[in-house]
Amino acid sequence: MTAPFGRRIAAVAERRMIGPYVVFEIEDSALPEPGQFYMLAAVEEWGGGASDRPFLPRAISALSARDGRVGFLLEDVGPGTHRLCALQAGKAVHVVGPLGHGFRRPTEDRSTILVGGGVGIPPLAFYQERHGGAALLGFRDADHARAAALFANPTIATDDGSQGHPGPVTDLLLDRLEHDETVEILSCGPPAMLEAVGALARSRELAAQLALEAPMACGFGACFGCVVETIDGYQRVCVDGPVFDAAVLV
Amino acid sequence: MTEFCRIELEHPVINASGCFDVLAALEVFGEQLIARFPFAAYVSKTVTLAPRAGNAPPRLWESAGGMLNSIGLPNPGIDGYLEQHLPVYAGLGVPLITNVMGSTEGEFAELVERVAERDEVAAIELNVSCPNVATGLDIGADPEGVLSLLAVLRPLTRKPLIVKLTPNAADVALCAAAAEEGGADAVSLINTLRAMALTPGQPGRPWLGGRTGGMSGPAIRAVALAQVWSVAQRVSIPVVGMGGVTSGSDAAALLEAGARLVAVGTESFRDPAAGGRIAAELATKFAENAA
Repeated sequence: MTAPFGRRIAAVAERRMIGPYVVFEIEDSALPEPGQFYMLAAVEEWGGGASDRPFLPRAISALSARDGRVGFLLEDVGPGTHRLCALQAGKAVHVVGPLGHGFRRPTEDRSTILVGGGVGIPPLAFYQERHGGAALLGFRDADHARAAALFANPTIATDDGSQGHPGPVTDLLLDRLEHDETVEILSCGPPAMLEAVGALARSRELAAQLALEAPMACGFGACFGCVVETIDGYQRVCVDGPVFDAAVLV
Repeated sequence: MTEFCRIELEHPVINASGCFDVLAALEVFGEQLIARFPFAAYVSKTVTLAPRAGNAPPRLWESAGGMLNSIGLPNPGIDGYLEQHLPVYAGLGVPLITNVMGSTEGEFAELVERVAERDEVAAIELNVSCPNVATGLDIGADPEGVLSLLAVLRPLTRKPLIVKLTPNAADVALCAAAAEEGGADAVSLINTLRAMALTPGQPGRPWLGGRTGGMSGPAIRAVALAQVWSVAQRVSIPVVGMGGVTSGSDAAALLEAGARLVAVGTESFRDPAAGGRIAAELATKFAENAA
């Protein structure tokens, strides 16, 4: 399905905190697929501030879509997300989307393992709600791990050991693979985590779909700024992804 | 209607080369894109003789009121362009301007000859913001280079030739005058300004894969206005003005400075339909002024 052409304005319908993250929902009737994203920008005070940033919209994965609302999970890590995180209900956002190709559903003979890290968990929560799958989630600490409440029956790892398994989420994945290797991995998270998941998948010849993140100017293939290196050369994360098979990434 | 180089255009707003990929946009937005095509003419991304992969990432940096890019002109080469891209562009319902770049006069000549024989192409834009392999200087930064290039290219086609001037020149108006003297039908400016960003936490290390990049967006609007003004004072061929246009007012300012057409680049990244909005705002502004 194609996205509405052009940027539209949507109202923030609801905003809540979950640990250090902000979850907000906008009123929007488009129907994204898990793994798809939107380009978001606040209508007011987007640029023009002390440093005149943010200027470009930010690419944010959909967390949910129901009842005419699309949800997002954000962490305040820079001028763009700071501004988006500050938006209260009733405020307006510029929206382009849904964009990109989401996760494919694994073939029936494989069980789905969702491997997520930090603020990269939204497309996996969205996927699990729609299609199920076992969630293995990694966070910095117990406070961040409160976002695991977005999942059904998650298994948790934290870097500081304050909740669940102390160590990287890939430890949980290795455990899981002891029992069952007929799996397909769907993953999204920080680059180091994705690299580890991708390397593991390639070494064991497991199917894995990785949802990548890259700074983007446009989100719809115009700027060629978000490329990632694949076996077929540079590909645009926005239109050729953001979900890529681990096997094609180099 | 706006007349530009013997081409009739619906309105004076077109896209800046490299800032709108029709093939990807069609995939993302579908047929609505054609029905509401935002530009009065479509300018292709730069085409080179051989395919190019583009620069290593990272390719983008958000700056104050704008952005830096180091994309590196990825394109399928002239064969791929003529076979795969041109047929799609020809169906957009607006005139097509093909932008080409060679690293030698011979390469430029081959590109112009290949493009000129296609009826679907209304005009050819020459990207001269590329280093001359012999001198290392941008061909377009040197009036002699512009004149010498046009001496080779002008006899090859009767199609309008538009010289896309580089702003990274000592005197842009002098380069524009050289383009006019060489027989160019129009000039377009400004291209991006050479700029740099450093990697946070790694002192002195360039962020962009190409080390330097091109700056665009509202941050360069005032520079564009000055250069368009000075070029329009100097030449009598039409000028396509661009640089940081986000609204009908910005577009009107470039037209007042002497531009015949206005191109929208970076703003299309923020809103894919920006070109159409800006054209509508411009029309409203003209109607108000006429009333």
